[in-house]
Amino acid sequence: MKFLFGALALIGLAAAAPLFVRLEYFYFAGFVVLQFIVLATAWNILGGFAGYVNFGTGAFFAVGAYSAVALYKAVQLPLGLQILAGAATAGLLGFLVGLLTLRLRGIFFSIATIAITIILETVVMNWHYVGGAKGLPILRPTEMPLYFTNYTQWLFLVMTVIAVLAVATARYIQTGWIGRGLRAIRDNEGAAECSGVPTLKLKLAAATISGALMGAAGAPFAQYLSFIEPSSAFSLNYAVNALAMPIIGGTAHWIGPVIGAILLGTVQQVVTVTISSEMNVLVVGVMLVVFVVGAPEGILGLWNRYVLKKSVP
Amino acid sequence: MSQPDALLKIGSLSKHFGGFTALDQVSVDVGRGERFGLIGPNGSGKTTLINCISGALQNDQGSILFDGAEISRMPAYKRTRLGIARSFQIPRPFGSMSVLENLIVPLEYVAHSGSLHLSDPRGEAMEILKGMGLADKADTLSSSLSQVELRKMELARAMAARPRLLISDEAMAGLSSNEVSEVLEILFKLNASGITIIMIEHIMQAVMKFSQRILCLDAGRIICEGSPEKVVANPDVQRAYLGA
Repeated sequence: MKFLFGALALIGLAAAAPLFVRLEYFYFAGFVVLQFIVLATAWNILGGFAGYVNFGTGAFFAVGAYSAVALYKAVQLPLGLQILAGAATAGLLGFLVGLLTLRLRGIFFSIATIAITIILETVVMNWHYVGGAKGLPILRPTEMPLYFTNYTQWLFLVMTVIAVLAVATARYIQTGWIGRGLRAIRDNEGAAECSGVPTLKLKLAAATISGALMGAAGAPFAQYLSFIEPSSAFSLNYAVNALAMPIIGGTAHWIGPVIGAILLGTVQQVVTVTISSEMNVLVVGVMLVVFVVGAPEGILGLWNRYVLKKSVP
Repeated sequence: MSQPDALLKIGSLSKHFGGFTALDQVSVDVGRGERFGLIGPNGSGKTTLINCISGALQNDQGSILFDGAEISRMPAYKRTRLGIARSFQIPRPFGSMSVLENLIVPLEYVAHSGSLHLSDPRGEAMEILKGMGLADKADTLSSSLSQVELRKMELARAMAARPRLLISDEAMAGLSSNEVSEVLEILFKLNASGITIIMIEHIMQAVMKFSQRILCLDAGRIICEGSPEKVVANPDVQRAYLGA
């Protein structure tokens, strides 16, 4: 109940933000942070809960983005349906990646997800309808939705809603029997299966949901930039961030990726503006190394150990 | 050989790994409520056989009937739901969970697979832990248990699946003689409650004391089957074990 009120309050705040925040940059940067909350939360469903480390976040994100672009160009599909279409296509990709877990575990699964990213990027580079390698400018709709006067502010609200839905999904999974099954898979897949856990079904569900959420995060991307091209949509940065944020925040709980995304996403925005955009990549790398070595259970682990004084997650 | 009222009927079971024959035409029946011992030297196919029964591996040929139903193409989790539970030779705890939570996994997924909302999974898990003498460890992280506690937890977790057939894969390996008697006592108790038990064991005293019938495998074939006395007296068994 508390969660529901919190979620509605956040959406309400985002909807009302144009009344009291005029600064355009706030929405521009906020959109990116929200987008990372979705990506990190989605990554954590498969990577954190079930233990299958996906390096292909960029592929899911771009599949969402390009599905939206293709349908927008073809039939001027409205944004809400673009997002649903992006989520559906990326969810299907997630299902296929889930099938890989039948044969591939650990690092081999991760390598396969990188390979998928490279293959799909090559395909899109040669798909001229959506601009191929040189990209495609996107004209935003001329009519503003609802009371909005600025399209970026509208996208900010849309991404807030997606983020809230993503976090609610992760929370639902984690706190119920599905989450316990996924944890059992992460701890020991053989023992999970012998405890009656339908491991393949759960992994397929986790991979599909995770992929769909990543696709939903990617769908508004072209509208946000008014442009799309493969190397930024498939960027390895998405994969690195989607993995670093949950690890830094803590993978065991749904709030972990949210903490990691807000922290790392904000730091990166600040560093990009004040120092340089190359520097923000370094920040992610250094923080990831520090946390993996010093606090493998992330900020949540530190909190549990030093504030709540307990070691059981 | 054939049991009139067999719970498990294995017929001409074979399993190959590449050119290596791990199981060769193995046929055996295990009766309801029976205490059945499975012995054989290392590499003789004991674990392969129970992996085929529990579904961790699929047999190449032959049939496995459990309570009259063919299960040899069924995924492992469905076999567990039908009533086949096992412990592992090397314990495989869900290390990030407490002992109690380890039991809640099968309780949620098996015992209540029809309606996943249990009334009181914690209470049920606690009952099982009490029976195993692990109640005081309920909230301990399972990865920090001692070896004997891990073995007991493996059995407790198998019991949480509410099995009709329990396969204990070397549950006593590496334990002291006191601990062996403790685990043995638990297994006797479970059997007395009506559960059929297949025990794989290298500790001969334990398996002799426990089993009503013993099957000895060597190089994937059955070399002897019968009462414990008959099996130890068998020259082929002695040869397989002692290399005489």
